[in-house]
Amino acid sequence: MNMNVVEASGLGKRYGRTWALRACTLAVPAGHVAALVGPNGAGKTTLLNLAVGLVTPSAGAVTVLGGRPPGSPAALDGIAFVAQDTPVYKNLSAADMLHLTLNLNRRFDRRYAETRLGELGIPLRRKAGRLSGGQQAQLALTMALARRPKLLVLDEPVAMLDPVARHDFMAIVLMAAADDGVSVLLSSHVLAELERVADYLILLSRGRVQVAGEVDDLLAGHRLLTGPAAEADRYAERPVVHLRRAAAQAHLLVRAGADDPVPPGWEAHPVGLEELALAYLREPGAAALPGPARGRALPAETGEPSEVR
Amino acid sequence: MTALTVPARPEDARLRPVPWRRMAWVTWRQHRIALAGVAALLGALAVYLWVTGLHVHHAYAAVAACHPASSNTCATLTVNFNNANGSTAELIAALLQGAPALIGAFVGAPVLARELETGTFRYAWTQGFGRWRWTLAKLVPLAIAVAAAAGAFSLLLSWYYAPFFADGNQTPLASTVFDLRGVAFAAWTLAAFAIGALAGMLIRRVVPAIAATLAATAGLGLVTGLYLREHYVTALVTSNPNVPGSTMGSNVFVSDPAWILSEQWQTKAGRPVSESALGQVLPAQLGGKGGGIPQSFEVTDYLTRHGYTLWTTYQPASRFWPFQWIEGGWLLALSVLLIAATVWLVRRRAA
Amino acid sequence: MTALTMAAIPEEDVGPRRLPWRRMGWVTWRQHRTGLAGVAVFLGALAVCLWLAGLKLHHVFAAATAACSLAGSASAVCYDLSTSIIGTNGFLSNGFMLQAVPPLIGAFVGAPVLARELETGTFRYAWTQGFGRWRWALAKLAPLAIVLAAATGALTVLLSWYYQPYFATVNQNLGLSDATPFAPGLFDLRGITFAAWTLVAFAIGSLAGMLIRRVVPAIAAALAAYAGVAFAAGAFLREHYLAPLVTSNLNVPASAWIMSQWWTKGGRFAFAGFPPDSLLNRFCPAGPAGPVGPHGKPKAEAIAGCLTPHGYTQWTSYHPASQFWPFQWIEGGWLLALSALLIAATVWLVRRRAA
Repeated sequence: MNMNVVEASGLGKRYGRTWALRACTLAVPAGHVAALVGPNGAGKTTLLNLAVGLVTPSAGAVTVLGGRPPGSPAALDGIAFVAQDTPVYKNLSAADMLHLTLNLNRRFDRRYAETRLGELGIPLRRKAGRLSGGQQAQLALTMALARRPKLLVLDEPVAMLDPVARHDFMAIVLMAAADDGVSVLLSSHVLAELERVADYLILLSRGRVQVAGEVDDLLAGHRLLTGPAAEADRYAERPVVHLRRAAAQAHLLVRAGADDPVPPGWEAHPVGLEELALAYLREPGAAALPGPARGRALPAETGEPSEVR
Repeated sequence: MTALTVPARPEDARLRPVPWRRMAWVTWRQHRIALAGVAALLGALAVYLWVTGLHVHHAYAAVAACHPASSNTCATLTVNFNNANGSTAELIAALLQGAPALIGAFVGAPVLARELETGTFRYAWTQGFGRWRWTLAKLVPLAIAVAAAAGAFSLLLSWYYAPFFADGNQTPLASTVFDLRGVAFAAWTLAAFAIGALAGMLIRRVVPAIAATLAATAGLGLVTGLYLREHYVTALVTSNPNVPGSTMGSNVFVSDPAWILSEQWQTKAGRPVSESALGQVLPAQLGGKGGGIPQSFEVTDYLTRHGYTLWTTYQPASRFWPFQWIEGGWLLALSVLLIAATVWLVRRRAA
Repeated sequence: MTALTMAAIPEEDVGPRRLPWRRMGWVTWRQHRTGLAGVAVFLGALAVCLWLAGLKLHHVFAAATAACSLAGSASAVCYDLSTSIIGTNGFLSNGFMLQAVPPLIGAFVGAPVLARELETGTFRYAWTQGFGRWRWALAKLAPLAIVLAAATGALTVLLSWYYQPYFATVNQNLGLSDATPFAPGLFDLRGITFAAWTLVAFAIGSLAGMLIRRVVPAIAAALAAYAGVAFAAGAFLREHYLAPLVTSNLNVPASAWIMSQWWTKGGRFAFAGFPPDSLLNRFCPAGPAGPVGPHGKPKAEAIAGCLTPHGYTQWTSYHPASQFWPFQWIEGGWLLALSALLIAATVWLVRRRAA
C-alpha cells in the first residue's frame, strides 16, 4: 500500500478564540505505527478527533485512507477509534458491547473478540462500568481490533494500564500492524514506551506540528555531540537543535548524519527517540518536517515553522 | 521547581471541624442552575398570576359591592364572574398541583444522585469537611430555600383564589386548592425535596431518581387528598340541610362554603334511603316558576316536610387553618425523617 | 496470543450498500430498555387504576340512568342523581391530571437519547462506528417514537372507555352529564391526540437533548416547552380549527362547545352573554331564586322564556359534538407534522454537529 492513511493540509481547529491546532500539514503513510506525541494541551486529541470525523476543521482540510473525507461511510468503515478515557456504556455488559459493535459495523470478528477477552480474564457478563480502568481499555481495544480496520486510531490508550498490561497491549497492537497491515495512529505523552513501538513520529507542540517523519530517518539524521562548553558557542556549521550545558561540557543535538564530520575535541553519539522528542519539545522554534509527501502532492502552505534542511 | 510555600502543619491533637458556613458557597455553586430554574419557573408563574389576579380582583370588586347579596341581580353577577374566571382558575390549580413534586424532584434528587452517578463523591467525601456534615450542609439550606420560595409563592396563590372562596364558588378545603395555600404548598415542596434526596441516595442515578420522586410524591399527594385529609379532625354530622355551600340547602352562594363529605337521606325510622327510592316518593312535577328542572332545595324542602332527614357529614371552612397545621406538621416531620435517613445512609454507606 | 481469525480484508471499495437499518433494532432496545420498562410500568399501573375507577364510574352511571329513565328526565330524582355523580372519581373528572402523562413520558424517554451520549462522552464511540451518525440517530428516534405513540394510543382506548358515560347521549339527554367532548382537559385524552401529544413531547425532548447536551436540564426544558405549546394550543388554537356553527335555536345540546352567545332584537345587536339587570327586572319577574340554578348555571330556559316573547332572539356560536373527529384529525395532523419536523431537525443537527 502506498497511500497515506492521514493527510492534513493547513489543518486548524479553533475553539472560541483559542486555536487548539494550527497550520497542521501531515502525510502519515500506511503500514506504519505512527506515534503522536506532545505535552498535555498540545492538540493531540483535537487532531485525532478531526481525523475520525468527530469534529470539523476551522481551517484547512484533512482526508483519510487515501483521500476520503473523515466521517464518510468509507472512512467510518475503515477506521476504528478508541477515545481517551475509553468511553463504554457503563450499563452494558462486555458481551453486550461486543454485540453492539457487531450490529453497528460491516465487519466484526466476534470469535476473536470473545477469545481475547477470555484470555485477558474479562468476564463477559459483567457490566462495563464495573470493570477496572485497565479492563475497560482492553475491552475497547478488542472491540476496535475485531472490526478489522485499515487504520486504528488510539487516543492515549495506555494511560490507565499497569506496566505489564501496557506491554501486552502494545504487543497486540504491533502484531495487528505486522500480521494484517493495520496502520496505527496512537497518541501518548509517555515517550519511553514509544521507542519500541513506533516507526513514524509526529510531534505536536502548542497546536503546531514540530516534527513529522519516519523514526529511522529522524534518528539517522540527528546526532548528539558532546564537547567542551567553551567551544559550544562557536559551533555553527550544522543546525543546532538544542543546547544543554553541564558544568564543563555542552551537549548539542544537531541535525547531522552518521558520516558528517565531527569537529575535533567533540564526540558524536546516536540519539534515542525520547531524547530527540524532549529536545524538540524544549525548542519550540525548531522543526523537522519532511519534504513533499508521497502520494498526492500537498499544496504549498504558508510556511511556518520553516523547514530546516 | 517551585518549593512549597505553606509550612508544614504542626501536630494538632484535636482537629476542629471545618466550620459549617464554608459549605454555603459550595452548595450555591453546585446547585445554582437548579435553583435558578426554580426561580425562573416560579417567577414566570408569579408574573402571570399577578396579571390575571389583578383582572380577577377587579372583576370581583363589582360583585362584592353588590347589595343585597341574595338578590337576583347579585346572584347573576356572581354567576357571570364565576363563568368568566372560574375555568382559568381551575386550570391553574390543576397545573400547580404538580409544582411541588417537580421542584422537589429536580432540586432534591440530583444532590446525591449526581455525585454517585458521576463518581465525584470520591472527591467530595474525602475532603476535610466530612461526608455526613457535607450532606447535611447541602440538604438543609436547599430545603429551606425551596420551601421558602414555595411559601412566598403560595401567598400569591392565596391572594389569587380569595374571590372564589368569598363568593361561595369553592370550599377552601377542596383537594384542588387546599395544598396550594397556607403552609401546605411549602410543606409539600419540602416533602418532595426530602423524598428526592432519599431517592437520589438509594437509586444513585439521577434520571431514575427524579422519576421515582415524581411518582412517590404524586402517590402520596393523591392518597392524602382522597383518603387522609378528611380524617384529620372528626367530621361534623348534622341534620340541618342548610350547611353552607351544600347544594341541597338554600345556602348555596355563601362565603367560605364547607367541605361536604357525604350526604345521606334517612327515613323517619333512621334507615338510609337510596336515590331511586326517593324518586318514587317525589311527585313527578315539582318545578317552581318557569318549569323545567326543579331546584334542589325544593326537593329537600318537600322531603323534609314528609318526614325524611338529610344527614350531612362535612368539615366546616373554619377548620382550614387547623387542617393546614396538621398537614404541614406531618409533612414537616416526614421531611425531617427522610433527610435524617438520607444523612444516616451517607454516613454508613460502605462503598 | 490469539491471532485474528478472519482473513485480511481485501482492497475493496466500500460500495453504496449501507448497513441495514434493522441492525439498530437490538441496539436501540438494549440501550433504552430501562426507560421503556419504566414507561410500561407507569402506564400499566395507570391502566389498572383507570380500570378500577372506571368500573365504579360505569356502575354509578348505570344505576343513575336506570333510576332516571324510570322517573323521567325532568324529575327531581334525576337532578339529585346528577349531583351525586359529579363527585365520583372527582379527581379524574376534569381530566387535568391525566394531561401530565404525555409530557412526562415523552420528555423522560426522548431527552436522554442524545443528551446522555453527549454528556457521558459515549458519542465518541457511537458516532465512529460503521453505521454512521445520522442514520444511528434516526434509527433510534423513529422506533422509540412509534413505540411510545402505540403505547399511549392503547391507553387512549381505555381512557375513551372511562369517559364514555360522560358523553353518552342517553346520559346527556337525562341531564346526568353535561360534559362537552371539547373540554380542555378531556379533548386530547381521547381519539388520536393523546398519542400525538406524546409524540410531540418525545420530539421536543430529543431536540432539547441535542441542543442542551445534558440530560436533566434537557428534561426540564422539554417539560417547559411542552407546557407552553399545549397551553397555546388549548387556549388559543383549537377553537379555530373549523368555523363554528351559528344558530338561533335555544336548544343547543350540552355536548356542544359554546364559543359565544348574544341576543338580537329586530335584527340589531342587543347584548352579549347574560342579560343586563334592566332587562331582567323588566321581563323576568324574580322567583324564589330567580333564573339562577343551584350550581350557578343559569336556567337558560327560564331566561329565554322571559325574553323571547318580547322579540329577542338568542344566537349561539358553537362547535357541535359531531365536529369532534374532524378536530381530532386536524390536531393530530399538525402534531404529527411538528413531531416529524423536530425529529428531522434533531437528526440534521447530529449530522452537522461541528464540535
